[in-house]
Amino acid sequence: MAASRTAIVGVDVGGTFTDIFWLDEATGECRVAKVPSTPEDQSRGFIEGVVAGAGESGIPALANVVHGTTVGTNALLERKGAKTGLITTAGFRDILEMRRRDRPEIWGLRGSYTPVIPRDLRIEVGERVLADGSVRTPVDVDAVSRAAADLRAAGAEALAIMFVNSYANPENERAAYEAAKAVWPNGHITVSSDILPELREFERASTTALNATLQPVVGRYLQNLETSLADAGFAGDILIVQSNGGVMSVETAREVPVRTALSGPAAGVIAAAHIAEAAGFPNIVTCDMGGTSFDVALVADGESALAAQTSIDFGLVVRTPMIQITTIGAGGGSIAWVDRGGILQIGPESAGANPGPACYGLGNDRPTVTDANVLLGRINAERPIGGKINTLDLEAASRAIQTHVGEPLGLDDLAAAEAIIRVANSRMSGAIRLVSIERGHDPRKFTAMPFGGGGALHTGALVNEVGLAGALVPRFPGVTSAIGCVIADMRHDFVQTLNTLLDDLDLSQLTAEIARLAGEGRERLATAGVTLEETEEIVELDMLYVGQTHTVVTPVPTGTDRLDVLRDAFEAAYRREYGRILDGIPCRVMNLRVSVIGRRPGFDLSVLAPSADASLEAAERPGRKVYVQGAWHDARVYDRLMLPVGTVIPGPAILEQPDATTFIDPGLAGRVDSFGNVIVERQS
Amino acid sequence: MSVDPVTLAVIKGRLEQIADEMDVTLFRAAFSPVIAEARDASHGIYEAGTGDTLIQGKEGLPIFVGVMSFAVKTGIAKAEADGGAEDGDMWIFNDPYAGGTHLSDFKIVRPYFRDGELYCWLSSAGHWHDVGGGVPGNYNPSATDCFQEGFVMPPVKLMDRGVIRPDIVSVLTANSRLPGSSYGDLMGQINSLDLGVRRMDDLLDEYGKETVRDVFSELKKRSARQMRSLIGDLADGTYSTEEFLDNDGIVDEPLKIALDLTIDDGTLTFDFSRSADACAGPINISESTTIAATYVALKHVFRDVPANGGVLEPITFVIPAGKILSAVAPRPVGGYTETILRLIDIVFSTFSKIDPGIAPANSYGTINAVSINGRRPGQSRPWVFFSFFGGGLGGHSDGDGLTHGNAPISMATIPPVEILESVLPVAFTQWAIRPDSAGPGRHRGGLGAIYEIELLEERGTGFVFAERGKFPPRGIVGGGDAAANFVSYDQDDGPRIPEMTSKAVDIRLKKGQRIHIESPGGGGYGPAFERDPGMVATDVRLGFVSRENAAAQYGVVLTADGTVDADETDAVRQSMGRA
Repeated sequence: MAASRTAIVGVDVGGTFTDIFWLDEATGECRVAKVPSTPEDQSRGFIEGVVAGAGESGIPALANVVHGTTVGTNALLERKGAKTGLITTAGFRDILEMRRRDRPEIWGLRGSYTPVIPRDLRIEVGERVLADGSVRTPVDVDAVSRAAADLRAAGAEALAIMFVNSYANPENERAAYEAAKAVWPNGHITVSSDILPELREFERASTTALNATLQPVVGRYLQNLETSLADAGFAGDILIVQSNGGVMSVETAREVPVRTALSGPAAGVIAAAHIAEAAGFPNIVTCDMGGTSFDVALVADGESALAAQTSIDFGLVVRTPMIQITTIGAGGGSIAWVDRGGILQIGPESAGANPGPACYGLGNDRPTVTDANVLLGRINAERPIGGKINTLDLEAASRAIQTHVGEPLGLDDLAAAEAIIRVANSRMSGAIRLVSIERGHDPRKFTAMPFGGGGALHTGALVNEVGLAGALVPRFPGVTSAIGCVIADMRHDFVQTLNTLLDDLDLSQLTAEIARLAGEGRERLATAGVTLEETEEIVELDMLYVGQTHTVVTPVPTGTDRLDVLRDAFEAAYRREYGRILDGIPCRVMNLRVSVIGRRPGFDLSVLAPSADASLEAAERPGRKVYVQGAWHDARVYDRLMLPVGTVIPGPAILEQPDATTFIDPGLAGRVDSFGNVIVERQS
Repeated sequence: MSVDPVTLAVIKGRLEQIADEMDVTLFRAAFSPVIAEARDASHGIYEAGTGDTLIQGKEGLPIFVGVMSFAVKTGIAKAEADGGAEDGDMWIFNDPYAGGTHLSDFKIVRPYFRDGELYCWLSSAGHWHDVGGGVPGNYNPSATDCFQEGFVMPPVKLMDRGVIRPDIVSVLTANSRLPGSSYGDLMGQINSLDLGVRRMDDLLDEYGKETVRDVFSELKKRSARQMRSLIGDLADGTYSTEEFLDNDGIVDEPLKIALDLTIDDGTLTFDFSRSADACAGPINISESTTIAATYVALKHVFRDVPANGGVLEPITFVIPAGKILSAVAPRPVGGYTETILRLIDIVFSTFSKIDPGIAPANSYGTINAVSINGRRPGQSRPWVFFSFFGGGLGGHSDGDGLTHGNAPISMATIPPVEILESVLPVAFTQWAIRPDSAGPGRHRGGLGAIYEIELLEERGTGFVFAERGKFPPRGIVGGGDAAANFVSYDQDDGPRIPEMTSKAVDIRLKKGQRIHIESPGGGGYGPAFERDPGMVATDVRLGFVSRENAAAQYGVVLTADGTVDADETDAVRQSMGRA
């Protein structure tokens, strides 16, 4: 029976749309679909989407449903996590609320903070471990039992246990867990030394609290999904995309829902990396342009960089490895305005999806980046993406631009629209420079990979401005994250703080610790029920010179049996990062990091290739005028999906498809490769 | 010649990015935790002739936004005295009277050359961990001259046409208790400036030196225009506020800081003439620091104004010589943070008299510098615990103040307890929100905090440098004052409160004894009896406000189960309103 299940579906649930990518691995057949999201109960839109992709009868044939979700992120942003209690060390009840003594904005001293666990649900118990791991005060387990009972009586559904220095010795936390478990009515207990045995109490407390508050919410959501899918005849496995770009089983997701914080965006980067590598471009900068933001990530030699932590919102810190994505507030809905000094600015204010750009005619009369793209002819006013609005109001776009940008700057509406695009492009270029040049990468070796609805409108300009090699527009820019779900490998990351001088490091103990963590990872892979081609481990140490506080990630060569090999590896990593190494200063090993990756069978991207009956004639649509560099140009317009392999389209041209629009600037040309990607390069 | 508005916006973004990247590079490589964790550093780009700020990094310490230009001007004067600047030269100094702030901050100034001519200056400032002087960590509350605060490095040439002068490096490291840390931070700052040079090269390759120079002058012009426009929205007149510092740590007498602010047809005059004379202890500040602190306050009030020299064009300062705000060598200035925080609060209070929504109430207003040091058995170098602590921010027109925020002059985050405990023989026994510390108001202040630090070694010596022990953060627009700062430390006969309220030096601690700090909250905004009674009940439930204060300060009476007694509350509030 299982052998006949050959289809897999990727589902990315976003704020506006649920994107579906369905693939039959046996026949190579694939389909994409976009259905409206159902924010009140995401599982409804989810099932509608899966049906749209697989067909009613296709669900029993599905082997895997792989899901990128924002359920957890939204619950945190809207403070709609479960009511949660915290049991913590005497004297430290307020760690969560005190944060790291920061503030949301540099200037103005405004803004406030609401922790996910309110103060009356945070209870202190007698216990204390010192930094060297010694137990100064054993935990008062009776107090823990009473605290848990009180929290339960106060209506808490989930429980977090977080003691100071538990990374160095989890004994007291373990004992507290046993005591709490005996009185807690469900399994929703998160223990800080389980989820993040790494020093820094606020970051650990925050990750622990966020995980606890998400467990019931994400658990219920996954339960709904499982039930609905089973009712529809699904008998395969559900997998969930993590922020690190790997997938995990539903069981793991229930335990550590905090790892889904950047689930959807991570899937997009994974897809981009895979598509680009298959097309012969191992070095790319992904450019995901949505309504309010522009997200950039760097993929070098096919690998995306991981960041150690992120903030979901001010003070909501999640410390688990996640794909390093840089976000700036310059999306299609970002508002253009002129400041009192007469300088044109884009964002950070956004018109969002509602009321949206001025051309939507839904009540916003301030100009956005999308309005400029419409006025300049790059977006088809008669055929807007997403189907929410039938036609766009060109007049309204022009009026908004003229009033708020043209008049203050002394420009006509077209020149003002071009100015908006140029400044927006410049901000996006800044973000690309930040992830490439500023991290020591030469942009000429990188190709831009736009996805999301609007990215491909701007990439030509980004290529020129940053000096990138070109751009690669994937076959389905609007459903890239859903494709990423299907592609992603399984992955589990572990960390353990060691905090010892390199000279004092016990290599045999280190080897044992690596084996323990890797074993746990392999165990999780084995129980997920997913076909894997191979398993890989990555071992790294966070190291630093004694006296510094920021660490450098140092890859550990396999079979290291000498400390000087580690010192050399650290110095090589340090030199790459900063240029100069420091003589005569001892180094310290802060954390051990072990990642276990289960490679899923690759999928052949040529299934996305244009069909044999595609032709230039079939693809051609009526041309229209676009405004570029102060003049109107006649641009050819094509149905992008009907373009045959090998076609070269010189700019200015516009490629339209249901999920995105691609603009090829004058001086650039687009070429359709054998996977159906459009490669945009300078015309020779 | 004028640059088109689009190119202007584009190049401005690129320049900001260069400064930000220099900031971030130093944070990551720094040894001083005050730079690495607290981000007490800054970088920018300055005009070739005048040293005026053109672009300032957004990641660094806000107070440097105003100070750096004075540092560069000092560097320019020294370069001229040395026979002119050459490509690859750098000058270094920590002289606070010329370059602002205090001795802990080392400033490096570097000329940037294009086609053989001086094009602009780049500069880096960073707070080093230890620069000698009477106490480790350099917040000596009993200093009566700068020599007790640290060693003074006048402007000297650190690098000569690309070659580091090793003698200078030796002087720098020999005068620190933590020479490795000083060396590491020095190299970090040089690396950051090298990076700035490479980025400027790229930018000028792309846009040409004429265009970028036009952008420099245009940015200054436009900032001045923007500032004039913002000032023009305010009603002309003179508005005054005066406030007091607790004492200077030497003599227990309050010290007045007074501001008379005149708005006249798009110009501002900040007149500090009525302030106290220069004092014996280390809470003097130099004139350049006074101007810089005012600038920081203005940036909080007018959030969109860019950080460049043009902003100061419509502004005049009156700061007579010999004042606490115009100190010259060798007056001690090590505690400059306390004075500038008070000055900023005074500027806020004054602006709130002009427009009630424009500024927040006073913030906690003291950095609570705490240090403990000692020697571990068998180790030659001392260990030094040194940290600044947080408090509440002021209530404002949009809502309550932030609990446990960082000071207006800083974006510094506090080091994690677990990092401090892992490298130093101390254990925190409390790290908590301080109840009843916020100034009451329609929008109350944020809450302050309680920190308690216990010594784990046999012996240690410490000091505390803080303010607002007698004069608490003020509310505005009818809001109430916050709780004052409170400091105590254990001795054999029990807890002791410092003679100078929040300042104490040479605190001798034995194993198991503790230093106890309770920081102020922020001042309240608007009358407390206008606060939503339900929000007061929530504050009581969460333990932020006691039942007694709910009644006394807010006029909110709660029933036994903690809900609002509406009738009683109405009655009490009506009598408060009449009072």
